[in-house]
Amino acid sequence: MSTATRQRKRRPRGKNQRRETLAAFAFLSPWIIGFLVLTAGPMIISLVLSFTNYDGLQETRGVGWDNYEKLLSDPKVRKSLSNTLIYAVMIVPSTMIVSLALASMLSRIGRRSAGVFRTLFYLPEVTPKVAIGVLFLLLFNGQVGMVNWALGLVGIDGPQWSTDEAWVKPGLVLMNLWSVGGTVVIYLAALNNVPRDLYEAADLDGVSRWQRFRHVTVPMISGALFFTLIIQTISALQTFDEAYAAFYGSAASASYSSEAALFYLIYLFQQAFQFLHMGYASAMAWLLFVIIMIITAIQVKVSKRFVYYEGGDR
Amino acid sequence: MAAPTVAPPETPRTPPAQPVRPRRGRKSRVLFWIGLLGASVLFLYPFFWVLSASLKPRSQVFDNALLPSQWAWENYVNVWQAAPVLQWFLNSVVVAVAAATAVTIASALVAFGFAYFRFPGRNFLFGLVLATMMLPGAVTMIPVYLIWNSVGLSTTQVPLWAANLFGSAFYIFLLRQFFLGLPRDLFEAARIDGASYWGLFWRIAVPLCKPAMIVTFVFELKASWSDLLKPLIYLRDEELYTLPRGLKAISDQFGQSGEQQWEIVLAGSVITTLPMVVVFFLAQRHFLYGIATQGRKG
Repeated sequence: MSTATRQRKRRPRGKNQRRETLAAFAFLSPWIIGFLVLTAGPMIISLVLSFTNYDGLQETRGVGWDNYEKLLSDPKVRKSLSNTLIYAVMIVPSTMIVSLALASMLSRIGRRSAGVFRTLFYLPEVTPKVAIGVLFLLLFNGQVGMVNWALGLVGIDGPQWSTDEAWVKPGLVLMNLWSVGGTVVIYLAALNNVPRDLYEAADLDGVSRWQRFRHVTVPMISGALFFTLIIQTISALQTFDEAYAAFYGSAASASYSSEAALFYLIYLFQQAFQFLHMGYASAMAWLLFVIIMIITAIQVKVSKRFVYYEGGDR
Repeated sequence: MAAPTVAPPETPRTPPAQPVRPRRGRKSRVLFWIGLLGASVLFLYPFFWVLSASLKPRSQVFDNALLPSQWAWENYVNVWQAAPVLQWFLNSVVVAVAAATAVTIASALVAFGFAYFRFPGRNFLFGLVLATMMLPGAVTMIPVYLIWNSVGLSTTQVPLWAANLFGSAFYIFLLRQFFLGLPRDLFEAARIDGASYWGLFWRIAVPLCKPAMIVTFVFELKASWSDLLKPLIYLRDEELYTLPRGLKAISDQFGQSGEQQWEIVLAGSVITTLPMVVVFFLAQRHFLYGIATQGRKG
């Protein structure tokens, strides 16, 4: 940003410019090679594969749009897609609300004690998702789990989280809310950046606390809210580790795993690496890509009206 | 399937984000601290529960007592004997350190390329870097597997870290921001003193942006340590498993779908998680700094 102006001061230097360009591409070469070999190339291969019956066994031939037509009528695609979308609709707002609540609390106390709590809230975030999945089976076990024990203490008869289709996803959401720490840290940094005098001005005007929150705080941190909305949504649509760890992968788990935890990426993984339907799985991947693009585009478009950037330069 | 409504948020007993100012009456201050401490307990309790349950004999795993009435240290011996946990731990360390080192060096090089030099197509290329962040891994997952397969490495640990040698979009973005923050005069002065471009990078940019490099390193260390998908795709030989893949195997064998020996699964979970908790405490400044910066730059 500010470097741009500084750069303009440098005079153009003909021969040196060529050297500079060469040097620049030398520095960029790792990424350029990686982009060609591991991103652009594979994207093309993947697109081509999605129009074939490739499975590494039978003779590969083009099948036109067959894979994509099959996608649309595959009940498991529909199921896993709706699971994933429902889950995203639950986890993204809950993560944002819980994180904002925690971050607001931390922004009201002294920096030093806020630092201690911030560390504490962030800690669960370092837990690998596979362990989160295993913990889900333990803590949310319907008969003996800690969650239902705790609910029992206040007289609530907890549901069968890990076996009742209706409760699997809410259970996973609750389990994942344990690791909202990263979002809390982002919001806290944003809240601490809101200029004090805005609050003071609002107080002088005698607005209510809710109005102040709604009309001062939210607009001032809307950049952070927007950023986390996009990131959280994209990652929710690619949920894999914790659900796979809890419900899939072993022959025996098929006996208790419910379709309620069949996330899109899990089904894609099964198609690609268990059934080796790599052509079909490639088509699934492109469908996911398109869905993510559409959802992100909508979010960007809608958010444009709400996001306030200080200085407006980005 | 019954449509689940939005799940009740787990933590707050306080209304969301109603700023409670310490100045406001004593009652709301007490409520505020109860809410905050309650949330803290909710965040810490699962750690205690797991650690404590992993030290209980099988029959008492689910007794919800804060401390085991009988300390069953042998659970850790048992998990050791049931699975090559030490080997998995070493595998995880090697893979995660290789992945983090590779991505830090490569991303720093590329980030410096974008931050320092002016050249035609720079903005386009940088836009391309950012665009790759949007690409779901699923799209390239299968072809990349086929590529590793064609060079005979698809059942080794190499695919778990080697892609990092080419840098990663998110870290390139992060490090570029830090390099852009360095005063340009510094580089100009060094150029006049005859420093090479490599010298600018290695002697000036890298030392001055060490904190950002550490952020990159610890983030990737954590990401690589936690990954389950790649080990599932590539690792067939149990001896090559990383800890998350190993924990999955332990959980399949001894957990809900297996022999219901939860104490072994719990010990495995602790072994998988604890190293990252330790790393976090050693590097927490960098973790938290990195995250906070992310939000601001985003």
